[in-house]
Amino acid sequence: MAEVDIKNMTLNFGPQHPAAHGVLRLVMELDGEVIERCDPHIGLLHRGTEKLIEYKTYQQALPYFDRLDYVSPMCMEHAYVLAIEKLLQLEVPARGQAVRVLFSEITRLLNHILNITSHAMDVGAITPALWGYEEREKLMEFYEGVSGARLHANYFRVGGVHQDMPAGMAEEIGSYIDGFHKYVDDLETLLTENRIFKQRNVDISVIGPEEAMDWGFSGVMLRCTGLPWDLRKSQPYDGYEKYDFDIPVGKNGDCYDRYLCRVEEMRQSCRIIKQVLENMPDGPVASSDRKVVAPPRAEMKQSMEALIHHFKLYTEGFKVPPGETYTAIEAPKGEFGVYLVADGTNMPYRCKIRSPGYVHLAALDYLCKGHLLADSVAVIGSLDIVFGEIDR
Amino acid sequence: MADDGVLQELGQHIGAVLADQVIATSVVHGELMVKARSEHVVKVLTFLRDDPQCLFKVLVDICGADFPQRPKRFDVVYNLLSLVHNQRVRVKVEADDQTPIPSITGVHNSANWFEREAWDMYGIMFAAHPDLRRLLTDYGFEGHPLRKDFPLTGFVEVRYDEERKRVVYDPVKLPQEFRKFDFLSPWEGAAAVPQGLLPGDEKAEGQEPG
Repeated sequence: MAEVDIKNMTLNFGPQHPAAHGVLRLVMELDGEVIERCDPHIGLLHRGTEKLIEYKTYQQALPYFDRLDYVSPMCMEHAYVLAIEKLLQLEVPARGQAVRVLFSEITRLLNHILNITSHAMDVGAITPALWGYEEREKLMEFYEGVSGARLHANYFRVGGVHQDMPAGMAEEIGSYIDGFHKYVDDLETLLTENRIFKQRNVDISVIGPEEAMDWGFSGVMLRCTGLPWDLRKSQPYDGYEKYDFDIPVGKNGDCYDRYLCRVEEMRQSCRIIKQVLENMPDGPVASSDRKVVAPPRAEMKQSMEALIHHFKLYTEGFKVPPGETYTAIEAPKGEFGVYLVADGTNMPYRCKIRSPGYVHLAALDYLCKGHLLADSVAVIGSLDIVFGEIDR
Repeated sequence: MADDGVLQELGQHIGAVLADQVIATSVVHGELMVKARSEHVVKVLTFLRDDPQCLFKVLVDICGADFPQRPKRFDVVYNLLSLVHNQRVRVKVEADDQTPIPSITGVHNSANWFEREAWDMYGIMFAAHPDLRRLLTDYGFEGHPLRKDFPLTGFVEVRYDEERKRVVYDPVKLPQEFRKFDFLSPWEGAAAVPQGLLPGDEKAEGQEPG
């Protein structure tokens, strides 16, 4: 038989592929069905957020953070306001902190529902996604209740949150969370022991703790390798040290372990939410420093000084003393950090957004190498990537 | 999280061992910062990764910052995290747009994309980087958008041309000139400024802003 020249095939995956979770373009080099090289082309959703923030006051820049990781908006806001508070050395009242924690955990539920179910959909199960959207919709009603918006909440403020929760909302959240365990159980009966789901995920893209650290992983991607690292425990912010919760870790560092970690994190988030609701302190939800936090509307109608503060804060904004900080939070996807350089004016001089998805996607070549083409979809699903935060 | 005293000690330790490579160390807002010489950045980061007192094995972030008034206009900031000691450190080096600084992709794998981004956004060059292509901007993009002298609106805009049946690039046409408001006033919005003079204060004296 004559010799045949076999060449590797170059395959363009995306940017309009439904399993690419947005606008990911992968240039893959395939040897048959085995991935030899995988080069992600990103930036198709690049909106220049960091540049825009340099031209906005600190308050005006906040809504951009909702639009980064649009699956978990309030966690992004959280990192940003914590960074400014660090530079201003501003104290947040206890109730403000508790409300923030409450909504950060609701956000974690929102994020993990979408990630688990869309991951399941990528590997062939459509029912969890249909169920998940219903639960997400109910959780987003709580978003709407406090901020008026289902997705782009713009709720956190420097010094606290914008408004207190409406009357009766705490009880509503409490009774919803009681029923949420049932949903997680149902989700697990569909997926955890599902033969197809396991065949597609177990032992796919295994990564060990040393490699994960070398690639800069955080969040579930790091915990699935067995490292119990969670910023809510190790570097607590906004009173996370007061709540009792566990950090789930994986054993094998594969796609299936990442799924299991996320399911358990949802249960732990429910625990935190219950504790926050039981111990919700009374008092104001935002700092009373009127040079930073706008006065309430009612006060503005009565007091001249409050009116002046309102006017100055919504035109000029507050000034942040010169300095720099790197402040990170445990976002649902991993460590979300804001490196903020202030020059003493009312606008950030530089605001670098460190998003977890960006780092995880950078390792896609390493994670996919030697796997089959169909596995790349499972890997992308388990990375939990959202292009809003990767492209920024 | 480590307190300031521990970080001070760690800073002194780093400063003592790397006396030739490190310019200064400081602790501000509970964060340790190490200023290093750009040509030695590989050595500094390798030491920080391997030294048993440091073990900063996770490179969290690399980012650039632009200060056009300085002779070396860019800062390159490396944020590192140690899982063992639960500490963070920030390494800062200065760079300009002519001389490349050594790439640290050999020390941390995660540096690859961060350095590509810094190149894309600021035009900071990294020597011996395996694959220094643009990352976030458009194919064929010109310029470095996060530089302070790059306009917010950019230079080109895209539209779909019905006649040529493809996307075309046009120079940016603004129906109204880009407005940048002069917000700064001598209002004591941040009394915590150490120098006692707020940006905009000079206007109260009738001087031109410097």
